[in-house]
Amino acid sequence: MADMTGTALAPQLYLQAQARWRAIEVAFWLATLLPFVLLPNYLVLASQIAITALFALSLDLILGYAGIVSLGHAAFFGLGAYTAGIISKFGWGEPLSGLLVASILAGTVGYASSFIIARFRHLALIMITLGLGLLLHEAANSAHWLTGGADGLQGVKIWRLLGRFNFDLWGYTAYAYSLIVLFLVFLVARRLIHSPFGLALRGIRENSVRMPAIGAPSRSHIRTVYTIAAVIAGVAGALLAQTTETVSLEVLSFGRSADVVVILILGGAGRLYGGLIGAIIYMVARDQFSGINPQFWYFWIGSLLVAVVIFLPNGILGGLAALAARWRSRS
Amino acid sequence: MSAPVLSTRGLDKSFGSLVVAKNIELALPKGVRYALIGPNGAGKTTLINMITGMVRPNAGQIFLGEDDITRLEPEARVKRGLVRTYQINTLFPDLNALESVALTICERRGVAATWWRGLAGYREEADEAFEILSSLSLGSVCYRRTRELAYGQQRLLEIALALATRPKVLLLDEPAAGVPKDESAELFRAIAGLSQDITVLFIEHDMNLVFRFASRIIVMVGGRILVAGTPEEIAADPRVREVYLGEAGHG
Ligand SMILES: Nc1ncnc2c1ncn2[C@@H]1O[C@H](COP(=O)(O)OP(=O)(O)OP(=O)(O)O)[C@@H](O)[C@H]1O
Ligand SMILES: [Mg+2]
Repeated sequence: MADMTGTALAPQLYLQAQARWRAIEVAFWLATLLPFVLLPNYLVLASQIAITALFALSLDLILGYAGIVSLGHAAFFGLGAYTAGIISKFGWGEPLSGLLVASILAGTVGYASSFIIARFRHLALIMITLGLGLLLHEAANSAHWLTGGADGLQGVKIWRLLGRFNFDLWGYTAYAYSLIVLFLVFLVARRLIHSPFGLALRGIRENSVRMPAIGAPSRSHIRTVYTIAAVIAGVAGALLAQTTETVSLEVLSFGRSADVVVILILGGAGRLYGGLIGAIIYMVARDQFSGINPQFWYFWIGSLLVAVVIFLPNGILGGLAALAARWRSRS
Repeated sequence: MSAPVLSTRGLDKSFGSLVVAKNIELALPKGVRYALIGPNGAGKTTLINMITGMVRPNAGQIFLGEDDITRLEPEARVKRGLVRTYQINTLFPDLNALESVALTICERRGVAATWWRGLAGYREEADEAFEILSSLSLGSVCYRRTRELAYGQQRLLEIALALATRPKVLLLDEPAAGVPKDESAELFRAIAGLSQDITVLFIEHDMNLVFRFASRIIVMVGGRILVAGTPEEIAADPRVREVYLGEAGHG
């Protein structure tokens, strides 16, 4: 132990401190309960936000942490949605098992495609994920007998949650259900980020050339995280199908893949709460703007995106973190 | 002499019409400190790239001990103890020094794919990382992000990452490149002080350092090994003098 000077913390204590829950996180999750009391008319929107946040969280694992760009992430969202919808149509509308089946299917397809994904980077990767997304969209479009094609899936019927809670018109059950699932998955993602594997993902993002030189099997890591992200995206899609009792081709669309990238970049990629904050801002703004002038929605979101990328390259959360750091160093 | 820990047989490589390796034959016995020298563009880095699996040779074989590793993936070679550092810093800019080294140790111990357990639970790994960093006087800056470290500290982190893999053979590509003279001697003292179980081949342009720290010197010119020998033999060799006197401007 040559030099301990200037080192405030033992390494293990430092790592513990990194993973510790902060007060602001607790406050955030408590605040997610507010809509139940303050905005009971917005619970349907709130549940959609929770689902979108979950979808963005899954993208954050691959894009934000491992640096794997995907423009076709809706493939897994859509797979989850259609799976949950279709099994309910064929007579099994139990939500929790539906969620499980949907996530397994999305995960299986994610695992299979991860073998291709892990071999490529940069532009090639964008094209491949884009291509796979379009492929699946078109497949769902033409499999009219199974998916209902462009008409959407008809006859989705979801049973009561836990046999007790009906999916009501106001969205009480929908929001409670989505929020609980989001929170549980978030706990898993949070653990993952602070694990050795989470560190390896950041290593891949920071320098994929160095990884093999320290003995790291990057491709196998990428396959794992891609599969996990597919599972989570599948859960998010299944939640949407179950809480809205509809599935349309939109769940597999390029628009949904692109939106979730926008959401994550707005909020701050590579930050646990980036996708969550991004989803809140994006969905609330869309709800407000589309009430006024729906055609202009993409004009505003486009402007916002450009402004964020120019002025807050690490997203809104990154900007806030920098601000907080500056404030702390001044005091 | 004992059987070599690392050897190559007839390695060839060209980039288009540019021949960067021609019939390279190396043999490193256990525990030696060999230097690889040669003018810019001689093919030294490419040779390391081939040995570590980052560049595929056009012909020839590479052996680690008895085993032919010519077709092994780079990470598999690292797992077997064949490790390199980079001439140009190839680090993880946004990770701090402790995280970078801890990651390497987690990979070595096969726990880096564990996603359900917190990193803080890996105390041995964290302590070992800190110890390696301290031994290279990086202990006091180990929580600073790599991009914020001074250049010389980043060079040391290069070595720290390599050491964290517990190498048997260490290939150092100009470890002191860009480091001021007084610091580079210190850096080489650290290298010379490594365990005698580690076999070291280093590339270096500074002849003072080469003659001080190498027991044997391999001279490469234009993709070929011109000559190899003890420092005395190399110093006296007229061909080496010709190469180095004809080529001003490095060292
Ligand atoms: N991937 C590549 N593609 C094409 N040419 C390359 C590639 N890598 C290296 N070269 C060329 O091969 C030659 C040998 O390069 P190398 O980096 O091995 O030299 P070096 O001996 O390490 O030189 P230096 O002392 O400058 O580091 C150089 O002319 C270089 O431009
Ligand atoms: Mg070189």
